[in-house]
Amino acid sequence: MTTATRPGGVSSQPDDSKPPVGGARVAPPTGAAPRNRARARRRNLFSALLFLSPWMIGFLVFTAWPMIYSAYLSLTDYDVINNPEFVGIENYVAMASDEKLLLALGNTAFFALLQVPMYVVVSLGLALLLDRAGRASGFFRTVFFLPKMTPPVAVGVLFLLLFNGSNGIVNAALGMVGIDGPSWTTDPNWVKPGLVLMSLWTVGASVIILLAALRNVPKELYESAQLDGAGFWRQATSVTLPMISPALFFIIVVNTIAALQTFDEAYTAFFGAGNSTYSNDAALFYVIYLFQQAFEFLNMGYASAMAWLLFLVIMIITAIQLVVSRRLVYYEGDR
Amino acid sequence: MSTDIRVAAAESEAVQPDRSGTDAATRSVPAGPRGRARTKRRVGTVLAWVALSLLGIVFVYPFVWLVSASFKPRSDVFDNRLIPETFTWDNYFQVWQEAPLALWILNTAIVTVLAAVTVTISSAMVAWGFAYFRFRGRGVLFGLVLATMMLPGAVTMIPTFLIWNALGQVGTLTPLWAGNLFGSAFYIFLLRQFFLGLPRDLFEAARIDGASQWGVFWRIALPLTGPALAVVLVFEVQAVWTDLMRALIYLRDSSTFTVPRGLKSLVDAYGFGGEWHWEIIVTASVITTIPLIIVFFLAQKRIIDGVASTGLKG
Repeated sequence: MTTATRPGGVSSQPDDSKPPVGGARVAPPTGAAPRNRARARRRNLFSALLFLSPWMIGFLVFTAWPMIYSAYLSLTDYDVINNPEFVGIENYVAMASDEKLLLALGNTAFFALLQVPMYVVVSLGLALLLDRAGRASGFFRTVFFLPKMTPPVAVGVLFLLLFNGSNGIVNAALGMVGIDGPSWTTDPNWVKPGLVLMSLWTVGASVIILLAALRNVPKELYESAQLDGAGFWRQATSVTLPMISPALFFIIVVNTIAALQTFDEAYTAFFGAGNSTYSNDAALFYVIYLFQQAFEFLNMGYASAMAWLLFLVIMIITAIQLVVSRRLVYYEGDR
Repeated sequence: MSTDIRVAAAESEAVQPDRSGTDAATRSVPAGPRGRARTKRRVGTVLAWVALSLLGIVFVYPFVWLVSASFKPRSDVFDNRLIPETFTWDNYFQVWQEAPLALWILNTAIVTVLAAVTVTISSAMVAWGFAYFRFRGRGVLFGLVLATMMLPGAVTMIPTFLIWNALGQVGTLTPLWAGNLFGSAFYIFLLRQFFLGLPRDLFEAARIDGASQWGVFWRIALPLTGPALAVVLVFEVQAVWTDLMRALIYLRDSSTFTVPRGLKSLVDAYGFGGEWHWEIIVTASVITTIPLIIVFFLAQKRIIDGVASTGLKG
């Protein structure tokens, strides 16, 4: 599971595993042996590089160069047709006064701050229920995971249908308990909460990860906690929570990064050719605006600058999460 | 699997008092609290089942709603009945006429197969390179692989588009899968982890018996990696089949669309473009979703085990 056995703990390294050729073992180590070993090592390195070559080529062509070029483009004005024109930090300066960009940043922050905690709480709740379900847990696990297989475009469509203000099922259900549901798909105040609720439909993967973590908690820990007189709540906070904290942390980090880059569902439901029906400012998320700048308005330079800001924001947030996790996450095996 | 173990453990625990003491006196004393704990657990399980059933309905409902709506005439789409009042196949015929759905599915299938097969093989090669060989700088290089996972796609998106544009591939399906020839960081990480768990002696022995480096990888290591390869394959099928953004960037003509891109164009044309023809959009959504649901049921165990293991390694 977590601890894969490192190879070669017992066996020798491949480069000196081959028995020295001829009488090298007997002969004084003046000539043949070191040369053989050097040759074997070179051959070993060569084979390794051959195996790594797909990634190394891909890294150079599709990661390293694009990063450098993107950094350069962010300092230019570029519309694909004409050559890039160097403008210095103008794009970055312009970003500070671009109202749409600030709106997109605000929308994205709002979405992430609402979505990530709800996503984590809901997936933890479902995982805890599944953990107590005994034989039925396999069946329900499948049920909860299934929506994850739905293409995000279809999820966007479902959002428009189920959250339709006047005749969607969500408001019909709310009506049954006496709540007059809002116009989720048209009221700017309710678009983002609606998208958050819809996103909870696809928590399946997180549920499975947390369930696996819960199942991994050694039973003895609960037994000894019980012997020490720990009640349900004490067991939950002193045994369960620390033991699953690495998985929780993983889910929080991954979902924060995903929430900051949310695109598919909102783009399907609120943007695209011919959409003049909705006031879609409320669903203008950062990556949607970036996509529009790059591929609809062909402001490749500006969009590149936006991409670097996104990268910076994600790095800072992840770094903060890592620092906080040092205090809160318990990793078995390190002291 | 672990469920059964747990149930078995609970049962053996319940049986224990009977076995430990034969005389009635010692038996009756622990039976009280034990029995109560057991009923408590039973009640807990039943309550969990009730809660799960209700939540399960919420999770399944959108599927049922969608499928049911696809069999309703236009005026009834929003009637929220699960069994259509007037049942009709018309939407399926109509959607087939309005949109080149067969072509979209074919395009998606081509891209998905090429992408999934290439990324699995290339990632396995690279993972093997990191797992088996020792050389100076390996740790740094592998750190670099992991670091690329942190990079948001937006940063490389534009230059990557310019590369494919320069190669004249914009408008074709190539950019949707060819990047997979070079492996993918997450899968490299996953497969390396799996390779490290295999007994190294096996490969040393094969080398001594004269197998080439490639032979060790291709004929010995890969066949042992079946389950992990299946996980990678299925993850990628899911990712590519549902990919919208790349299709939006690279595909221009309706005849080259993948299913998600096609579905989006239907939303634009029959939704935003005029009156909402929801019956078309709904039916196309069903057709888009079904292939993946089938994949899921075929590979259910692998998918769920694969997802579970991603978190444990995090």
